[in-house]
Amino acid sequence: MALDKTGIAKRIAQELQDGWYVNLGIGIPTLVANYIPEGIEVEFQSENGVLGMGPFPFEGEEDPDLINAGKQTITTRAGASFFDSAMSFAMIRGQHVQLTVLGAMEVSQNGDIANWKIPGKMVKGMGGAMDLVASAENIIVAMMHSNKAGESKILKACTLPLTGVGCVKKVVTELAVMEIKEGKFHLLERAPGVSVEEIIAKTEGDLIVPDFVPEMQL
Amino acid sequence: MNKVVKDPAQALNGIQDGMTLMVGGFGLCGIPENSIAQLVKMGVKNLTCISNNAGVDDFGLGLLLQGKQVKKMISSYVGENDEFERQMLSGELEVDLIPQGSLAERCRAGGAGIPAFFTPAGYGTEVAEGKEVRIFNGKPHILESALTADFAIVKAWKGDTEGNLIYKATARNFNPMMAMAGKITIAEVEELVPAGTLDPNQIHTPGIFVQRIFQGQKFEKRIEQRTVRSKQ
Repeated sequence: MALDKTGIAKRIAQELQDGWYVNLGIGIPTLVANYIPEGIEVEFQSENGVLGMGPFPFEGEEDPDLINAGKQTITTRAGASFFDSAMSFAMIRGQHVQLTVLGAMEVSQNGDIANWKIPGKMVKGMGGAMDLVASAENIIVAMMHSNKAGESKILKACTLPLTGVGCVKKVVTELAVMEIKEGKFHLLERAPGVSVEEIIAKTEGDLIVPDFVPEMQL
Repeated sequence: MNKVVKDPAQALNGIQDGMTLMVGGFGLCGIPENSIAQLVKMGVKNLTCISNNAGVDDFGLGLLLQGKQVKKMISSYVGENDEFERQMLSGELEVDLIPQGSLAERCRAGGAGIPAFFTPAGYGTEVAEGKEVRIFNGKPHILESALTADFAIVKAWKGDTEGNLIYKATARNFNPMMAMAGKITIAEVEELVPAGTLDPNQIHTPGIFVQRIFQGQKFEKRIEQRTVRSKQ
């Protein structure tokens, strides 16, 4: 069975390592915070100026001065800090943040990512995505394998305007975990019950498939 | 040096048609509400606004868009605003979209006397079109220039009569860099106190960057995405 959004978030959460500072994008990436593996400590950075984000506030305890990059009300954990936007992106550009998780419309086999603009549609802007993908050492993309028309979003080359080039290292979809290296996708894991054939059929980019592809352990 | 003015009208005196303004805030968080209301009242037009976002239809910079007071927006993200979309698609409004980190650093650079800098953000994308590319440590970077403004309008939590500012939580965002980059910087604060009241160790924006300061009469502080969990 293909994973749902929660499943994708759970699988990505397994990539977290103790002591990491992590930036989570809007959408599926935000859910990753709910599944931090036991025994490890990570701190979440939000590019609007907070380190040490906690859960959403209880009703009645919202503070309009305390939001995340998705403009949602949040809380902070003990040890949190606030800073301005220039310092926030110094953390990102300066590679002090160990992992960035974000969504994408398309990813290509050389690690390009497109996630901010569809020609002919209203352009909302790139926000911090271009800064994040250009600088993060470790980028995991959380996305669906195909679009609503059933076309693969795992491509030889992106067709949409790019957000960044040669930057994505790992992609987690509802079907598979794939690594990008040497200009190709490499299949690492498949979702429980999903066949290798289905993944191959739904991947337009070059996909290296080893003899044995383990199922994700969720 | 007493920088206190009595109200938004006095604070914004001198802002004219065609000027470039920096306006602090991220979404609706940390925006100078009282000053924006005054800009609407003044009816100044053909403004170039440098601000991370453009507000929503009926609040924040969206109010200036409603009155067609803005000629050009320089922002990183402009969703959540129907009137903005209409004016952008009809060509009435020019929009320059900039990666958020580059926008922040361009303001900081403007205030810090650094005319331009190289950043990896946007390399290989349409943001890089027409910009110089140089390789540092094996990685391509693009040249981005500093931004300054005729007036910068920022919002702080506390301020003193000398113009020293302290921000609260994530309402800090773009305010400190914009305060540095305005030829004239106006600060509206929730609480204005006499010099000597604030601890110098805790000042975020030193008063040298602020020319005029006033206490806002009312802060609505609208929440864009109220998100809560239940107590069970």
